[in-house]
Amino acid sequence: MLETVLFVILAVFTVVTAVLVIVQRNPVTSAIFLILTFFSLAGIYLLLHAEFIAAVQVIVYAGAIMVLFLFVIMLLNPEKEKRLVARNRLMRGVGILLGVALLLQIGLVFREVLLEGTRGRFPPEKVAALGNTQVVAQLLFTDFLLPFEITSVLLLVSIIGAIILAKREI
Amino acid sequence: MVSLSSYLILSAILFSIGVVGFLLRRNTIVIFMSVELMLNAANLAFVAFSRYLNSMDGQVIVIFVMSVAAAEAAVGLAIIMAMYRTQKTVNADEMNLMKW
Repeated sequence: MLETVLFVILAVFTVVTAVLVIVQRNPVTSAIFLILTFFSLAGIYLLLHAEFIAAVQVIVYAGAIMVLFLFVIMLLNPEKEKRLVARNRLMRGVGILLGVALLLQIGLVFREVLLEGTRGRFPPEKVAALGNTQVVAQLLFTDFLLPFEITSVLLLVSIIGAIILAKREI
Repeated sequence: MVSLSSYLILSAILFSIGVVGFLLRRNTIVIFMSVELMLNAANLAFVAFSRYLNSMDGQVIVIFVMSVAAAEAAVGLAIIMAMYRTQKTVNADEMNLMKW
């Protein structure tokens, strides 16, 4: 019962702040609402018993990535937008139409999810006994070792790319 | 117990909000924020499936998605800064150098 109440509160908060992100004229306000969205998503991850992901969500997304966004917004200091959306009325209509069609499609698929086939080897009780972080770390350094190493290369490439792009005139 | 469908429909709503923001907004920085929203919707679906399928693989993949998002934000914002330096705007409509 408590879980349902918490889920409804967090879900409504997430959706409202996500809508507020895309209807603000000032990008700084958008960024602040996006941080709120990330925090309520972290709460939803806690409801799903993914404690490590919730912590990483707050540290990496709300911390690192959004600080980067705010830094760039304040560095560029662009003037407030005069028009919120595209000037072209056709583009606006097509955009909203595509969004609604996508929501209907995904919603219809997700409304009735039938989970068939074999379950994985980590039922909630086992994860609770072992500890969420331990299980994630164990998988990360055994089954997913190659993707983990490739991620480090990706981060190196992005560091070099960001420095080259931001350093001098292009 | 909240059903899996509720989490997935929340994820679908978040993703659609991201798509609409991406298609409608003209400010490049806000477009990037919409992309982050879509990535978060995918993460939510991953975590929900991982919980209800008794598998922890989804949570590991969420970590990879987050590192890709961090890399994307760093490079994307550097591109925006480079564009602003030459074009003096962050409006996607005015970035039309390669349009013929």
